[in-house]
Amino acid sequence: MWKYVVKRFLLMFPTLLGVAVLIFVLMRIVPGDIVELRLAGDSGAVSESLLKSERARFGLDQPLWKQFATWMWGVVRFDFGTSMWTGASIGEEIKLRFALSLQLAIMATAIGVALAIPLGVASALKQDSWIDYVARIVSIAGIATPSFWLGIMMILVLLVVFHWLPPMVYTPFWVNPWQNMLQLIWPALAVGYRLSAVVTRMTRSAMLEVLREDYIRTARAKGLVETLILKRHAIKNAMLPVLTVACIEFAFLMGGLVVTEQVFNLNGLGLLFVQAVAHRDYTLTQALVLLVASVFIIVNFFMDLMYGWLDPRIRYR
Amino acid sequence: MRLATAGRISIGLLLAAVIAAPFLALAQDKPRQGGELIFVVPSEPPSYDAHEEETFGLIHPTAPHYSTLLKVDPFDKTGTKPVGDLAESWVISKDGMTYTFKLRRGVKFHDGSEMTSKDVKASYDKIIFPPAGVKSLRKDAYGVIEAVEAPDPYTVRFRLKRPESSLLLNLASPWNWIYKADILAKDMHWYEKNIMGTGPFKFVEHVKGSHWVGKKNPDYWDKGKPYLDSYRAIFVSSSPAQVASVRAERAHIQFRSFSPAERDSLVQALGSKITVQESPWDCLNFVSMHHEKKPFDDKRVGRALSLALDRYEGSKALSKITLVKDVAGIQVPGTPYATPPAELEKLAGYGHDINANRAEAKRLLREAGVPDGFSFTFKNRGIPHPYEPLGIWLIDQWRQIGLNVKQETIEASAYHPMLKRGDFEVAMDFQCGFIVEPDLDLPRFLSASDANYGKHKDKVIDELFNKQARATDAEERKRYLRAFEKRLLDEEVHVIYTLQWHRIVPHSSKVRGWTITPSHYLNDQLDTVWLAE
Repeated sequence: MWKYVVKRFLLMFPTLLGVAVLIFVLMRIVPGDIVELRLAGDSGAVSESLLKSERARFGLDQPLWKQFATWMWGVVRFDFGTSMWTGASIGEEIKLRFALSLQLAIMATAIGVALAIPLGVASALKQDSWIDYVARIVSIAGIATPSFWLGIMMILVLLVVFHWLPPMVYTPFWVNPWQNMLQLIWPALAVGYRLSAVVTRMTRSAMLEVLREDYIRTARAKGLVETLILKRHAIKNAMLPVLTVACIEFAFLMGGLVVTEQVFNLNGLGLLFVQAVAHRDYTLTQALVLLVASVFIIVNFFMDLMYGWLDPRIRYR
Repeated sequence: MRLATAGRISIGLLLAAVIAAPFLALAQDKPRQGGELIFVVPSEPPSYDAHEEETFGLIHPTAPHYSTLLKVDPFDKTGTKPVGDLAESWVISKDGMTYTFKLRRGVKFHDGSEMTSKDVKASYDKIIFPPAGVKSLRKDAYGVIEAVEAPDPYTVRFRLKRPESSLLLNLASPWNWIYKADILAKDMHWYEKNIMGTGPFKFVEHVKGSHWVGKKNPDYWDKGKPYLDSYRAIFVSSSPAQVASVRAERAHIQFRSFSPAERDSLVQALGSKITVQESPWDCLNFVSMHHEKKPFDDKRVGRALSLALDRYEGSKALSKITLVKDVAGIQVPGTPYATPPAELEKLAGYGHDINANRAEAKRLLREAGVPDGFSFTFKNRGIPHPYEPLGIWLIDQWRQIGLNVKQETIEASAYHPMLKRGDFEVAMDFQCGFIVEPDLDLPRFLSASDANYGKHKDKVIDELFNKQARATDAEERKRYLRAFEKRLLDEEVHVIYTLQWHRIVPHSSKVRGWTITPSHYLNDQLDTVWLAE
C-alpha cells in the first residue's frame, strides 16, 4: 500500500506542472494586459513610455520562457510572488479568502450530504412509492436550479419580506459564531441544496444497483435483518460513487463559487479568481489555478485511500 | 394601463420629493457629531498611492486620510471652484508665472509631526519630477511647472515656464495627496503600501476584498470637523448587491453612481428614507473614426454620422435606462466653459430638425461616394452601462441614413489595446475627468496625443488648444474653446460626441453635508459629512 501511496503522491507533481504550463500559456493568449488596465483607468489615456516602464517593472518585457522559469523557480520555493494588481504577496491575498471558502465548502458539503444520503437511500428502498417521487422531484429541481439563482431568491425574500440582509463583512467563526453563521448559512444552503441534489441522484442509483446484487440476496436468504443488511452490506458498498461525487463537488466549491460569492458579497477565492482574471493579474491567477488544481489532486488522492477502506476488495498496486 | 400611469406618476412625485428633500433638510439642520458612515465601493484600490493610480476604488475609501494643497469646494455643484485645503491663501504674480501659497500653521500628520512646505514640495516633486523607477500618472498635466520651491516652512512657490489659466484648478486635483517629506526621502514607494496623511480620518484597517475603516482624527486642523466618528467602506463588486445593501440600510451610500432603474427601485422601496442627488457627469462616450481608413478619412462621412444622431430624442429615451442624459459639447453642462444651448444647436447633429439633418447626412454620404447600405463594423466595449445601450442607439441612428452597421463587442480589458493598435474603423471611445477643465479634458484630441486613436492630424486644433490654455481672460478663453469645439465636432468632425454621462447617487436621507459634483473623484474627503438622527 505504501508503494501505491508514494506513487500517487509523486504523480501529483507532473500533473501540477502540466497545469502550470497550461495556465501560463492561456493567460498570455488572452487579449489585454494588466499594465494597460491599471493605468488607462477611466480616462483611457496613458503615455507609451509609462506603459513600457511598467511592463519592465513586472518583467513582462522578458521572453516567455524566462518569465515561466522565474515563476516556476519561485513556485518550487513556495514563493508565489506578489499580486501584479495590489502589490501584496500572493500568500497574503489567498490566506485572507481561504478560511471563508473552506468553511463555506465544508458547510455546503455537510448540508448536501446530510440531506442527500437519507433521501437517496429512502428513495431507493421505496422505489416508485410517493417517497421516491418526492425525492426525485426535489433532486431534479436541485440539479436544474443554479445555486446563484437560489441565492438571489433568498436575498430577495430576506430583503423584501423581512427587510433584512445577511452581514456584508466576513467574521471568522472563532471571533463571533453567530455573525459568522448569519452570513454563511444562506450561501451554504443555496449551494448545499444543489450539491444534495446531485448526491441524492447518485445515492439512489448506487443503492438500487447494490440492492440487486447477489450478496444482498444471499444475506436476505440467510435471514439477516434488513437494517443490518443495509448498514453492513448495502450502504457501505453504495457509498463509493457517492463519495467520489461529494469529494469532487467539495473541491469544486473551493474555487468555483464565483457568482454565488458575488450575490452574497463573500470575500472568497471564487471572487478573487474572477477579479484576478479580469485584471489580467498573471501571478495571482496562476497561483489560484495551482491552488485549485492542488485541492482537486489532494481530494482525489484522499478518495483513492478511502476506496480501500470502504471496499476491502480494492487492492493497491 | 391606468394603474401603470398612476404608478409612474406616483414614482415621479416620490422622486421629486426625494430630490428636493436634501435642500430643505440642509437649510434646516445643523451638523451632528458622531456615528459611522458606511458606504459601498464597487472596486478596490490596487496600491495606496494616489500619485500613481487612476481608479475611484482608491479615492473613495482612502481620500479621507489625506489633504491636498487646494481642493474643489465641497459644496460647489459644478466642481470647478478651488478653495484652500492646506493652503490658507495664495497670490498669483501679475505675469502669471509664479503662484505663491501660504500654508496653514499647526497642521499635523497622523503621526503627530507638523506639516510644512517641505512636505508639499516633496509631494509635488514626486508628482511632477518623479525620479527613475517612480511612477507618476499625471506628471504631464504639470509640464508647465518649472520648479516647486519652499522658501520658508509655511510658503510654497510654483514657478512656471509660461502662464497657464488652469493651473489653480489643476492644483486642486483630488489625486495630489500631500505626503510626509521625511518618509519620501527614505522610500519613495512607502506610500504604495502605507497610509499617513493629514486628513480628517486616521487609518484603522484594510481587509483586502472586504472593507476599509477610518476613524476621526482629533487633531484635524479644521476644528470641529470631521463630524463622523468613523467611516467604513465595504467593497462590493456586484451591482445588485450594492443596491441591496443600501435598500437593506446596511450601507448609507455608494458615491459613484447607480443606474436610473436602480434609483427608481430604491426610491420605491425606501420612500422618504432615501435622498437622490443627480448631476451631469464628467464622463463621456464618443465615437472615434479611424482617419487612415476609407471612407472615414473623408470628413463628409464623419459629419454624416454625426448628423444622423437624434441626440434630443436619444437623451429622453436613454436617460430612462442608462447613465447618460444631457446633450452637450466639449464641457459638462452647467460648468464655466460649457457650450450655451444656442451655440450648441449650430453644430452638426445638434440641430432640432432631425429630418433635415438626416437628409443632409444622406447627401453628404452620396457626395463622398458611400453607397446606400454601406456596411462597416462598430467596435464597442463590453460594459453594460452605458456602452451597450449607447451602441445599440448609434447603430439604429446610422441605419436611418442607409448605413448597415455591425457591432462587435470587445471584452473590457482588451478594449484599450485594440484602440491603441488602431484595429478599428469606427469605435466607441471614452473619457472621464476628475475636474471639469478644458486643459484636462481636451488634450487627447491633439494631433500628437497618445490617446488620439483615430489618428487625425490637425494643426488648427493644436493651435486653438494652446491658445485657450494660455488665455488668462475667461471670455477670451471661451472664444478659443468655441472655435476648438466647432473645429472638432462640426467642421472636421474628428470625433462624434454622444450624450453626457449622468451621475445618480441615491443615499440614505441620514447622510448630510455631502454635495454631488460632476466627478466621482471629487468630494470624498468626508470632513463635511454627518449623519442625522
